[in-house]
Amino acid sequence: MFKYVMKRILLMIVTFFIIATICFVLIKLLPLPAVKAQGRDVNLVEQKRELMGYNKPILTQYWIYWKNVFHFGGGDSKGWSPDFGVGEQMYISLPVFDVIKEKLPYTIVVNLYSILIAIPIGLLLGIYAALRKNKWQDHVVSTAVMLVVSVPSYVYAFLVQYFLCFKTGWFPLTVASRETTTFFSMAMFKSMFPAILSLCFATIANLCRFTRAELSEVLTGDYLLLARTKGLTKNQAITRHALRNAMVPILPMILGEFIGILGGSLIIEGIFGIPGIGKLYITSIGLRDYNFFMALTFFYTLINLSANLVVDLSYGFIDPRIKMGAK
Amino acid sequence: MEYGNMPKEKFVFAVREGKIADKKLDTKPVGYFRDAMRRFKKNKSSVAAAIIILILFLFAFIVPLTSNYTVDDRDGYYKMVLPKSKLFAWAGWDGCTEQSESQAGYDYYGGIGVEYGSSAIRKMRGREIDPNTGNPIYTLYVDSYEKVGFIYVDLTEDEYAALKQYQNDTGIHVVYPMPANYKTNFVAVTNGANLWYKLADESDKSSGEARDHDEEGNPIYTPDYLTKKNINYGKYDSLRLAIPGDGDGGQYYVYAVGNQTGYHLRVLYKEYYNYINGHYATHLFGANQHGQDIFVCLAYGARLSFLLAISVSLINLVIGVVYGAMEGYYGGTVDLILERVTEILDGVPFIVVAALFQMHLAKKVGPIPSLLFAFITTGWIGIAYRVRTQFYRFKNQEYVLAARTLGASDRRLIFRHIFPNAIGTIITGTILIIPYCFYSESMLTYLGIVNLETSGVTSVGTMLSHGQTYLSTTPHILLFPALFISLLMIAFNLFGNGLRDAFNPSLRGADE
Repeated sequence: MFKYVMKRILLMIVTFFIIATICFVLIKLLPLPAVKAQGRDVNLVEQKRELMGYNKPILTQYWIYWKNVFHFGGGDSKGWSPDFGVGEQMYISLPVFDVIKEKLPYTIVVNLYSILIAIPIGLLLGIYAALRKNKWQDHVVSTAVMLVVSVPSYVYAFLVQYFLCFKTGWFPLTVASRETTTFFSMAMFKSMFPAILSLCFATIANLCRFTRAELSEVLTGDYLLLARTKGLTKNQAITRHALRNAMVPILPMILGEFIGILGGSLIIEGIFGIPGIGKLYITSIGLRDYNFFMALTFFYTLINLSANLVVDLSYGFIDPRIKMGAK
Repeated sequence: MEYGNMPKEKFVFAVREGKIADKKLDTKPVGYFRDAMRRFKKNKSSVAAAIIILILFLFAFIVPLTSNYTVDDRDGYYKMVLPKSKLFAWAGWDGCTEQSESQAGYDYYGGIGVEYGSSAIRKMRGREIDPNTGNPIYTLYVDSYEKVGFIYVDLTEDEYAALKQYQNDTGIHVVYPMPANYKTNFVAVTNGANLWYKLADESDKSSGEARDHDEEGNPIYTPDYLTKKNINYGKYDSLRLAIPGDGDGGQYYVYAVGNQTGYHLRVLYKEYYNYINGHYATHLFGANQHGQDIFVCLAYGARLSFLLAISVSLINLVIGVVYGAMEGYYGGTVDLILERVTEILDGVPFIVVAALFQMHLAKKVGPIPSLLFAFITTGWIGIAYRVRTQFYRFKNQEYVLAARTLGASDRRLIFRHIFPNAIGTIITGTILIIPYCFYSESMLTYLGIVNLETSGVTSVGTMLSHGQTYLSTTPHILLFPALFISLLMIAFNLFGNGLRDAFNPSLRGADE
């Protein structure tokens, strides 16, 4: 077990470094964007680029890059103080790492709220539909889920924005500033609510669909018949036997969702003006700020890989019957 | 009895004469596809979805060929006009909107159309007095096309002559008299050409409030045209309006003013538009902020997406099948290495792939091919995975082993014996690439990572991002593209589910 987990983690790290190398080379092969002369000393920027090794061979730069990333004990801090370079086109001269650190909480908070709202609703709807399988309640839920899953998330965002922000004016258009309120205050929640709601729909629908499928399969099992035969009531049989077994594949999915919240949603952040890293990433692509683009690419790749890994591994932890690594 | 050495003579034919044959089957054999088709037809929602897809497909390919408009038609005056349909005008689909206006606004919109016997105000829905200021507030139902009204144009000598000829031939008034204040109006307000009447405040050209009103606040318009003694001033010798005051005291209304390059005229825009384009402007889905017809833009965008999605799914089909077959059939080391490659490709978020392709290739080969490459780079992984699974399932079954024993080559085994088993899931997988492409393409163009908006091309995502800016004021710009993509995604998902159930009845109801 331990050996298998270590092997998977090691493989993931190798995969990550291969992807990172390919991305690094591809980004460095691009011509550097011209220095914006307005209000900046062009020579100074050129000097800085020289100092940061932009004119050295790519492989040397690659080495320098990782050396800077795994930098410990710089400045007044003793711990990890990575250096991902500085902003060149946006947040000019600010360290990339600091900007990302500043933006990340917004993304996490919005997605955390949406997941915390979505999980109970999704689970309950799914369980309800499974218990009423092939009755009208199930058909209503299943049809709604089918529609919600199909429609792209930005369409909900537009609907929510139009009706809740413009038409009724119940919610503010932009997210509250961190200077005036804290992340977990009511005002912040209210200002984030449209975004949270838009993110919820898809998660609820996915979770509901998945729960319904798993639970209705478990419900047909022989051991459930046995449980009823030996005298358990229907509720007892469902909560003690069916639900527990149905949770085996559902929990990993929820875990995957939790890791996914770090990445957030690029499109929802754009629509609701949430100053999170998704928006930062889109801006960095638009403005061609390669330092930001690179750091965030690595970040997203890492999230993508670790979400997959956690989902895979959690199957074995949740249900020891599933032997990991066995063919 | 010994079986080992029976004499030859003991063997006798059971039937000497005639042939032994199975009874011929009376029923016709049902092939795999026919069987799948029969099952598919039973699924009503999937059939409906297939019809919707067909309609959307026809819409995307026929509308650009038959419409009056193209993507490049940008009309600066009919910006953001509302959806208008002759057929459904009774249902409120008439290009009109309710807006609340002050007295000045009421006079301004009411003034448009008086000269040609119509009105920009379709209905007056209410009049209230603001308790704080005492000024009236009108709730008006205004036609977004009519409210453009008049504009000033500068024509060359030849264009001027042609326009006069057109007026004489058809009897349609296009040119209207110049207001007395045309010089200041022309500079001050874009739609100053609509201020043809005596204003309450002559120096304020942005207000539009009429000089006189009756007791109920309705404006009384007094024409305020430029007059000259010469009836043919500006060499205008075409239709004249029967407006009272023309010719009074030997003063005639001026229809054109000469300048260095030609003539300066005031024209009724809807007629002028008809004169230039050969048809009146009616936008079924309205127009966006660039004055493009949304109906046509949507068809162009959908056509691009369909072409892109279909080519992506076909290319991915080929790559995925070959790759998956290699993995699944050979297994072992080959599988291990190929799986690592897919793992690496799968690990990169798609948005990164798309962005990198745009950065590297968009300038060399254009944004559309580079988007295609991005889709192809990772899109085949799903199909390869399905094929691989099917191969693992079937490659060690007895009939395959038997074929191998009989000396069938690898290629024959792969394509004749194992591959047909995977056809159902492959078709389903290939079809489901199409909505994925639509979604990704609209997302990437919406976010501005890919910019497909060049001459003659637009995309659904671009239209969405256009509409988002004006969501609070003119939601129709966003509504139709969003509706289109939602309908398409729903239809494709239903269709895909139906196909899956038809090809693999054992998987019915399961989610892939």
